[in-house]
Amino acid sequence: MVALTLPKNSQIKSGKTWPKPETSGKLREFKVYRYDPDAGGPPRWDTYYVDLDDCGPMILDALFYIKNKIDATLAFRRSCREGICGSCSMNIGGRNTIACTSGIDEYKGKITIAPLPHQPVVKDLIPDLTQFYAQLASIKPYLQTETPRPEREWRQSQEDREQLDGLYECILCACCSTSCPSYWWNSDKYLGPAALLQAYRWIADSRDEATGERLDDLEDPFKLYRCHTIMNCAQVCPKGLNPAKAIGKIKELMVERQA
Amino acid sequence: MSTRASDTSLEGQRPLSPHLQIWRWHATMATSIFHRASGVGNYIGAIALTLFLIVLSGGPESYASIAFLFEGALGWVTRIVMFLLTLSYSYHWLNGLRHLVWDAGAGFDPKVANRVSWLVMIATPIPAIVIWVLALGVAQ
Repeated sequence: MVALTLPKNSQIKSGKTWPKPETSGKLREFKVYRYDPDAGGPPRWDTYYVDLDDCGPMILDALFYIKNKIDATLAFRRSCREGICGSCSMNIGGRNTIACTSGIDEYKGKITIAPLPHQPVVKDLIPDLTQFYAQLASIKPYLQTETPRPEREWRQSQEDREQLDGLYECILCACCSTSCPSYWWNSDKYLGPAALLQAYRWIADSRDEATGERLDDLEDPFKLYRCHTIMNCAQVCPKGLNPAKAIGKIKELMVERQA
Repeated sequence: MSTRASDTSLEGQRPLSPHLQIWRWHATMATSIFHRASGVGNYIGAIALTLFLIVLSGGPESYASIAFLFEGALGWVTRIVMFLLTLSYSYHWLNGLRHLVWDAGAGFDPKVANRVSWLVMIATPIPAIVIWVLALGVAQ
C-alpha cells in the first residue's frame, strides 16, 4: 500500500553530534542513520566529522574511520571492499549505491547515509533483506532442463553467451529493488527489479528449457506488471546494469507469445 | 505491512527505513508520478466535459443553468481550471509517447531517459497553448 510517510516508530529524531577529531586535517560532515534495537526508542540522525587526511577515499573508508576512531557501536555490512560482494549497499546522498566504490569526493557538502530505503531495519545501516532473497529464490535462478544431461558441460555459442551480458553481472546488492517506488508500495506482491532482471537472465539463456514456465509464472498483475518504468533501478545500479530494460524485454516476450 | 519470514520476535517493532524522505529524485521519477497525476486529472476532465456536453444538448435553457460558471470572476477560475486540464492532457499525451517508445523496446538508457523526461516536462505547455489558440480562433 502507498504510505508516503513513515510509521510512528520509524520517524527519525535528531541524534548526537559527535566531537570533531582534534586535527589540522580537512574535515567532512556525515549524517548517519542510527537505530539500536537493544536500547529501543526511535531511530536518529547522528553527526560525525571525518578527517579526510587520515581516511581512505571511499565512503566505506569514512564509515571505517567513524567505527574505528569515533563510535565503535556503528553497525554496517561490508566484505570485499571492491564492488563485487554487494554487502555495503546503502543510501548515500539520497541514492542507493555500494559504499566501497563511491568516492567521498563524488558528494558535495554534508553526506547523508541511511539504510536501503523502505526495509525493516535490524540495526543502524543494516536492513532485513529476507523478503528480497525469498523473491529471488521464487524465480528459480538456476538452469532448468528436460533433455538428458550431456556428458560434458551444456554448450552455448558465443553469440548466445553474449545475450547474457548485462544480466549475469548482478551482485544482488538490492540497490535497485529498494530504489523502486513500486517496490516500496507493493513489495509483498511485486517481485522488484533485481528478481526480474534475474528472471530475464534465465529466460534469455539459450541452454534453459523452462522459458514457457518462467513466463507463465510472471504473467501476473503484480509480479511483473507493477513496473511502470520509473527507472530508478537503472539510475542507481552500481554495476551499470539495466533492470528496467530487462523487464521491458519480458513484457515484449509476453506479447510475442500471445501473437 | 507484509509478513516476512524472520529470525527474531522483534520483527513487528523494527523501524521502516526512510524512503521518500531521503530520496534524491531523477527526472524519470518525476515524469512517472506526473503521468499518474495527469491520468487522474484526465479522468476528472473527461467526466466534467461529458457533463458539460449533456447540459449543452439540453438546449439554451439547459445551458443557462450553468452559464454562471463562465461569467465574471468565476469565469476566470473556470478558464484556469480548463487550462490546467489541457496541460494535463498535453503532458499525458507527450509522456505517453515515451511509453510507446519503451514498448517498442527502445529508450531505456538512463541518460537518454533523463534528457527526454526534461524535454517532455518543458514541452508540455506547447500542445496546450496550441489547443487554446485554435479554440479561441474558432470562437471569434
